[in-house]
Amino acid sequence: MKNLLLAGFGGQGILFAGKQLALAGMEADKHISWLPSYGPEMRGGTANCSVIISDEPIGSPLVTKPDILIAMNGPSFDKFIDKVVPGGIVLVDSSLVSQKTDRTDITVVYIPATVMANENDLVGGANVIMLGQLMKVSKLFDFDFFVECVVGETAKKKPKLAENNKKALNLGYNF
Amino acid sequence: MVVFDKPKALTDIPFHYCPGCTHGIVHRLVAEVIDELNIEGDTIGIAPVGCSVFAYNYFGCDCIEAPHGRAPALATGVKRALPDKYVFTYQGDGDLAAIGTCETVHSSARGENITIIFINNCVYGMTGGQMAPTTLLGQVTTTSPYGRKKEIQGSPIRVCEMLSTLDGVAYAERVAVDCVKNVRAAKKAIKKAFTLQGEKKGLTIVEVLSTCPTNWGLSPEASLEWLRENSMKQYPLGVYKDVTAE
Amino acid sequence: MAKKVLMKGNEALAEAAIRSGCRLFFGYPITPQTELSEYLAKNMPKVDGLCLQAESEIAAINMVLGAASTGARVFTSSSSPGISLKSEGISYIVGSDLPCVIINVQRGGPGLGGIQPAQQDYYQATKALGHGDMHFIVLAPAYVQEMATLVGEAFDLADIYRMPVMILADGALGQMMEPVDFEAKRQRVLPEKTWATTGHGGKRPHNIVNSLYINPDELERIILERYERYKEIEEKEVLFDTYMADDADILIVSYGITARIAKTAINMAREKGIKVGLFRPITLWPYPSKQLAEYADKVNAFLSLEMNMGQMTDDVKVATSCKKPVYHYGRTGGVIPTPDEVLEQIVKISEGGAK
Repeated sequence: MKNLLLAGFGGQGILFAGKQLALAGMEADKHISWLPSYGPEMRGGTANCSVIISDEPIGSPLVTKPDILIAMNGPSFDKFIDKVVPGGIVLVDSSLVSQKTDRTDITVVYIPATVMANENDLVGGANVIMLGQLMKVSKLFDFDFFVECVVGETAKKKPKLAENNKKALNLGYNF
Repeated sequence: MVVFDKPKALTDIPFHYCPGCTHGIVHRLVAEVIDELNIEGDTIGIAPVGCSVFAYNYFGCDCIEAPHGRAPALATGVKRALPDKYVFTYQGDGDLAAIGTCETVHSSARGENITIIFINNCVYGMTGGQMAPTTLLGQVTTTSPYGRKKEIQGSPIRVCEMLSTLDGVAYAERVAVDCVKNVRAAKKAIKKAFTLQGEKKGLTIVEVLSTCPTNWGLSPEASLEWLRENSMKQYPLGVYKDVTAE
Repeated sequence: MAKKVLMKGNEALAEAAIRSGCRLFFGYPITPQTELSEYLAKNMPKVDGLCLQAESEIAAINMVLGAASTGARVFTSSSSPGISLKSEGISYIVGSDLPCVIINVQRGGPGLGGIQPAQQDYYQATKALGHGDMHFIVLAPAYVQEMATLVGEAFDLADIYRMPVMILADGALGQMMEPVDFEAKRQRVLPEKTWATTGHGGKRPHNIVNSLYINPDELERIILERYERYKEIEEKEVLFDTYMADDADILIVSYGITARIAKTAINMAREKGIKVGLFRPITLWPYPSKQLAEYADKVNAFLSLEMNMGQMTDDVKVATSCKKPVYHYGRTGGVIPTPDEVLEQIVKISEGGAK
């Protein structure tokens, strides 16, 4: 069972990224759950979502001790870094998070996803770049399978978006 | 030879209304219209809370009894489920213009194809003569014992005038049942309201100025006079909206 | 097997209603259930159905009353404060013996409260949602899949027993996504709605849908008849689930989202060698009292776990005749308890130290 927590600002595509992981889990015939935090604001503020991918039926859908943390802003990093279980994986968008952790019992990857997105004409694609890197460090899903899951969703209706997502995943994976 | 006969769209159950009350006349007019249009089998009537709460026993069509003020919302539900049937509500002034104002205004705004028969007698009848939203300034009721004062209880609501500003309303007319001429005019208005409903023109409302001899503390005859002298001045008779005339 | 779709609980409720043949929805926006009406606004027109946004929750429930009177399948949805507003209409619907489905995606209260998930409407749903002697069926799903399945069941139960059926969910279930298979559904035989006010067409005496009985003897007779129906429901329609309950020393009683948290805590406790299990009522009314009573002689203690201040505790005590201690643990106001917190309670109870 993998407990994932994705956290950042509203508008960074945190919930979207979580949904891609959930969809891939469903395609892989796993039990999955996706639980967003929600607040009164439509935009801005903090956003996070819990994703669980499991071989067993899922109990609590709320992830409080993540195996994998994706932190896309400073407050999220501060709030959750100590909650990650030993042996866990943390992906940090270092373009927006200046903090580093002293923890040595976890794998931490600092990746400037927002800068990479902006430089590659992929504004708003930092979330997907993070997912690409996640596939590399975590081996959560086979990379090609995951690309197919993410792109397959959008290929027909929004081919441009699909192409951008594919590009972002590759950028993240090859970082 | 003219034989006085009960309309088919009324059941055999005797009305419970007080002597001199004009509910009986209006029930009869609605039933005559239903007969003349031959729509009893396609009509669903909605009774209010108030003196006419038992209207469901008197009308021969299928009937529903609504919570206080909610008849237009029920009528919306019925009409949306059965768009080709005739749906009418029968409501008093407390029901329609106080507790049910929200439902009245919004069903009108949506232009629900329903007909509202609105009985305005300037007082709460069933609960024993309390002040209504239509009670006239200066009018004494059990809850305005010193007369309704603008500074304290505000001014009465003119329903037809208010609703006629809404685009969803197809037809709004105020009538009275104080004399033969006006009774005939009232029937004509009710018939027009049902007819326009059948043509899906929008919401139709007929406001009927009525009497309440019991709570007004007047004889039936004096009540009719009081209606002409007082109610009609605050609430002038007439057509306030008619999309077919425009 | 049909392909599963990933859906929010709120959307699954809406889609399941459409698939149950319901074509009429009357609602009013409120967090955290708004996705439901948004889904219906988009998808009802595709099946010639109607999703109408009413001017208030009060109007919405009365539109339901009107539509249900015609025998049509109809439902409404809201969250806690909105359900309070609907309670007048719900009492009339019960008093008029009309079928409909009402969804409550609970949030924190009282008052405007908050918008985070809660289970604070347990009393309201099971004991007093409206004036008068009355009950209706209350179903508490714990999974998005179950939300979908129970909606179909709710429409059928409503039609069979001529009463409202409430789906009591919460903000977490409404907002979370899980895979759903809409094919899974029990088929039931449904009665003809001869009582409906559809226009008599000159073919039958007029039907009256009404909750007014001015003669107390008649009103009493009607209520007694209704309570006979309630008895039948209590015998036939109780639903519950268990997890590791057979050998349990401590039995957690919990419904909805908290039952899932309990499951996770149970797995953690079992690793510590503490024998703990779960009893999950799915029907909150009728309460699975008989089934829960069977555990009173087997376990050492009960732990009633809810996201409120202990509203279900009395039902557990009554069901088990207070044979064993009944503890309560819960968070309230929109706070979701963590499995660690629940584990802590389990450990305390197993050591005899809980309050």
